Amino acid sequence: MTIDLPTAFRIRHLRDESPTVRTFILDGALHAEPGQFIMAWIPRVNEKPFSLVDDAPITLTIARVGPFTEAAHRLREGDRLWVRGPYGRGFAPLPRPAVLVGGGYGAAPLAFLARRLRAQGVEVSVALGARSARDLVLVERFQAAGCSVHPATEDGSLGHRGLATEVAERLLDERPDAALYACGPEAMLERLARLCRARGTPGQFSMERLMKCGLGVCGSCDRGGLLVCRDGPVFSAEQVLGAWHTSPQAFGLPLSAGGEGE
Amino acid sequence: MTTPDLSVSLCGISLRNPLVLASGILGTSAELLERVARCGAGAVTSKSCGPTPRAGHPNPTVLAWGHGLINAVGLSNPGADEEARILRDAKARLAPLGVPLIASIFAETVAGFGEVARRVAEAAPDFIEVNISCPNVEAEFGRPFAADARDAAAVTAAVRRAVSLPIIVKLSPNVPDIAAIARAVEAEGADAVSAINTLGPGMVIDTDSGKPILANRTGGVSGPAIRPIAVRCVYDVSRAVRVPVIGIGGVACGRDAAEMIMAGATAVGIGTAVYDRGPEVFAAIGEELRAFMASHGYTAVSQMRGLAHDD
Repeated sequence: MTIDLPTAFRIRHLRDESPTVRTFILDGALHAEPGQFIMAWIPRVNEKPFSLVDDAPITLTIARVGPFTEAAHRLREGDRLWVRGPYGRGFAPLPRPAVLVGGGYGAAPLAFLARRLRAQGVEVSVALGARSARDLVLVERFQAAGCSVHPATEDGSLGHRGLATEVAERLLDERPDAALYACGPEAMLERLARLCRARGTPGQFSMERLMKCGLGVCGSCDRGGLLVCRDGPVFSAEQVLGAWHTSPQAFGLPLSAGGEGE
Repeated sequence: MTTPDLSVSLCGISLRNPLVLASGILGTSAELLERVARCGAGAVTSKSCGPTPRAGHPNPTVLAWGHGLINAVGLSNPGADEEARILRDAKARLAPLGVPLIASIFAETVAGFGEVARRVAEAAPDFIEVNISCPNVEAEFGRPFAADARDAAAVTAAVRRAVSLPIIVKLSPNVPDIAAIARAVEAEGADAVSAINTLGPGMVIDTDSGKPILANRTGGVSGPAIRPIAVRCVYDVSRAVRVPVIGIGGVACGRDAAEMIMAGATAVGIGTAVYDRGPEVFAAIGEELRAFMASHGYTAVSQMRGLAHDD
């Protein structure tokens, strides 16, 4: 069931994940797939897409990166935030070991996915990348779900010094039968998609684009003929690498989905 | 019994079927226009382009309000020069598919329309659609040109002087006498008219905050709720002019398309139905229209055209 018009929910709980990232737990629930997104509205301010970190209760992790998210960060527990959705195609959880790769606040939809995978009894390893230890987000959520968490920081302040993709490669070496699920910067996703293609690993990738309608009509989130809001935000490796266009099925590929910030 | 033939001729240009992607839906890139063509559209229209880049309105810009959509995107576009590049790319992708390209344009002034038309024509689209009827930029641009027969005629004349391509003028339903506007643009050389643009503007208020939801406060209303108005407008316009009419407004299935043709349309625009049924809606409506024609004994689209006009 999708909520078509923005609907007010009270903020039940706020939690600071890092100096610039805050998690909003709302007083209400949706029925969503991990990787789907909602549009969050603040009247007379703006409306932006965010991945669900959980659907019951509605949970969003919002990085302070622009005027809308600054307004969101000014909200306090008990204030209202308006939500419509969920939209898009989410991740399709597979019955095999899972390697999750999150770059920055790309961890958001993966936390939801991790909980679902663990509920199905799937073994989940998570590579989380950030600039520094204090920029890592949602670590406790992954741990509470029973995942093994492998941080990577560019400054080496926690875990592997370097990129989450390097950790992911090691995790895939350890579990060659694993499926990979990723969300983060496009360059990271492209690198992981190439890795999946080379190794024959099933991969699902949640992408981010400027979105307006979220309904698959305005064309703002076009990515080479694919609509991130409706065909995605979760895509296959072929779609991430742009190879869909040479396929006879071009737009008939089975797509799965998620969504993102400013 | 012969399979019904869906092909139609619009200003002498052949369309494999009468279903046209309406402007403002999915027409933002060459790849999306190609996708819609591959999904079965008979022709595709790009999103309206003006002289210079525009970001459009902040969000919310589009809402599903329960019986269709309401939108105030605010004519976001990359400007005429970048649009010409997109249109050239689109034309190259569409040509092998045999799907004509309609380039939609707008401007703030009469002279501006001529200028944008000239720049866009360099990309050699098959038609230029002149959008004089966007209801969402009134605060900036003032009353739409479509609201006054003299203004509509002046814009048409400016575009006519600028280009030799077939010109379609897109009319607004938000006027007391749409037929008079249609006659005025035909007299100045419009090769076709499309009707209707969105209805309204309308407004949706969030009753929790008491605020209009659209950032622009008001927006154009589309979808099934406006179809009876669109059908009446197409009926009025097609009785008033000799040029062909592209009937647009709330068409969601093959029977709706047949109704629009019976009102007098030569081709039928599809927009909001993409929200309900996805880009695949074109092939689906095409098949529904074919089935409707077969079950009613029509072998050609022209046999249905304007049936409502006879007493």
